[in-house]
Amino acid sequence: MPARTVTVTRRPLTLIERLYVGELLRGILITSKIFWVNLWRHSLHRVGLGKGKPAMATILYPEVKRPLPDRYRTRHRLMKLEDGTERCVACMMCETVCPAYCIEIVAEERTDGYTEKRPRSFVIDLGKCIYCGNCVEVCPCDAIRMDTKILEVSAESRDSMVYRKEDLLNWEELPDGSVVDLSHRASLRKPDTEEAAAK
Amino acid sequence: MSPMAIELIYRGTLAFVVVNAVMGYGGLLSWLERKQSALMQNRIGANRASILGIRAIGLIHMLSDGIKMLTKEDWRPPGADRLLHTIAPLLSIGFAVLVFAAIPFGDRIPIQGMSGEWLNLRVCDIDLGLLAVFAILGMGVYGVVLAGLSSNNNFGLIGALRAGAQMISYEIALGISIMGIVLIFGTLDLQGITRAQGGTILGFLPNWGIFLQPVGFLIFMTAIFAESKRVPFDLPECESEIIGYSVEYSGMKFGLFLFADFVESLIGAVLCSILFFGGWQIPWVTPPADPTWGWALLSTLAFGIKVLFFTWLFMTIRWTFPRFRYDQLMDLCWKIMLPIALANLVITAIIVALIRAHGGA
Ligand code: SF4
Ligand code: SF4
Repeated sequence: MPARTVTVTRRPLTLIERLYVGELLRGILITSKIFWVNLWRHSLHRVGLGKGKPAMATILYPEVKRPLPDRYRTRHRLMKLEDGTERCVACMMCETVCPAYCIEIVAEERTDGYTEKRPRSFVIDLGKCIYCGNCVEVCPCDAIRMDTKILEVSAESRDSMVYRKEDLLNWEELPDGSVVDLSHRASLRKPDTEEAAAK
Repeated sequence: MSPMAIELIYRGTLAFVVVNAVMGYGGLLSWLERKQSALMQNRIGANRASILGIRAIGLIHMLSDGIKMLTKEDWRPPGADRLLHTIAPLLSIGFAVLVFAAIPFGDRIPIQGMSGEWLNLRVCDIDLGLLAVFAILGMGVYGVVLAGLSSNNNFGLIGALRAGAQMISYEIALGISIMGIVLIFGTLDLQGITRAQGGTILGFLPNWGIFLQPVGFLIFMTAIFAESKRVPFDLPECESEIIGYSVEYSGMKFGLFLFADFVESLIGAVLCSILFFGGWQIPWVTPPADPTWGWALLSTLAFGIKVLFFTWLFMTIRWTFPRFRYDQLMDLCWKIMLPIALANLVITAIIVALIRAHGGA
């Protein structure tokens, strides 16, 4: 396709516009109109009126949270089988695809008959994770998801940013489909007995 | 008590009140700046600081700002001039506050036992008030230039150079733009100028400078805005690019620069209302020949309302317009404002001369 050239013709400024004063005045009128309208609405809200018309676009974050879109990538969780054990088959796909190298899986044989392999430990270092979602895309058995809607992943040390299998499995789905995190990272402080035993 | 001592007491009280009012208002401006800009941009503005859960629509932030600035590390870069680096912010704020010595903020009040019978509501009775104001205002550039010069930082130096060039250029336009007012009212005394703005023109317009000198007002307002180094003219500071003269300042010293900017925009508001909007005059009200304390209060109130309006207007301007480029800034001053101011002065002079020659006022 040949390149198309679009010529934009700009309207030359009129004399009034070039005098600048009028245009400045117009600008001031616009901003001060917004100011007075918002001031009026704020005052109305103070006395409990006119709540339907917001005076600001700000979301007062810690108290009010923005509803997240369904496909928003948030903290990971590991999916569970009916009996509550992990669905993950330790295929190492997510560990391989992870661009931040933040997943670490140690596999072991599974003897309860579901599958042949399971992860003995499954660690995601959220301090390194870039929330790209590749691990979710690549998982062959839908064992890992990023739909917990948990965004406030913060910690006081790097170690407590490391989430283990128990933390990632420790959730419950409410009837309305939302996921609550039960671990709340309390178990993080406990030593990993399985890991410790392996050493 | 001797008349001298009585006068001293009254003037001392006035000075105390004025300094505190200016400082308090300067602090309040930081709140106004935050809240007004927030309202203009559909935001909510700083509102989190609280005492016992009382947020007082963000007013507590003034306090927390002060605490923050006082407790921050006071750092001086290696190689900086110790003395100059320390006194530069003091010069800035000192000269800015000193201007208010010559500002009349109300009519006179009757005082018994003083040498004069009347006490003008201003700290210092200077006949050449306007000259004094501009002289002191002009000194303010020293604080800024010294700050940039003594910081041992090239960005600071660039900021200082810009500040020097900008403030000195605009001072010329500033000075010439008010000459029209001085010609018309025939005095440099700010109290005299205010007094002369009582009464009406043609029977319905208040006899204010704005109606006599509209062009002068526009130029004056632009120039005083440039003097206060706030946003459309904030090239000495340019926080987003060079940070400017205050780049090497921290803690309360930096706070003083910030404060000086606020006080300077307050000076702008005060001068606009005195020179062009009748100062403490209430429109269509003739001030009584022997004013009482009540009238003095009323006139001060009128003055306060005018100043409040101008601070609001200045904030609006500051949050509405983008910054000039440096060459545009200089073009605006030397190629546009100065010729217009000069033409305005010449035309005013001719008209005043013609009126005087024909036995007018
Ligand atoms: S979201 Fe991306 S970075 Fe994070 S664990 Fe998954 S693959 Fe790795
Ligand atoms: S890709 Fe899925 S099944 Fe494979 S190791 Fe990762 S989470 Fe487990």
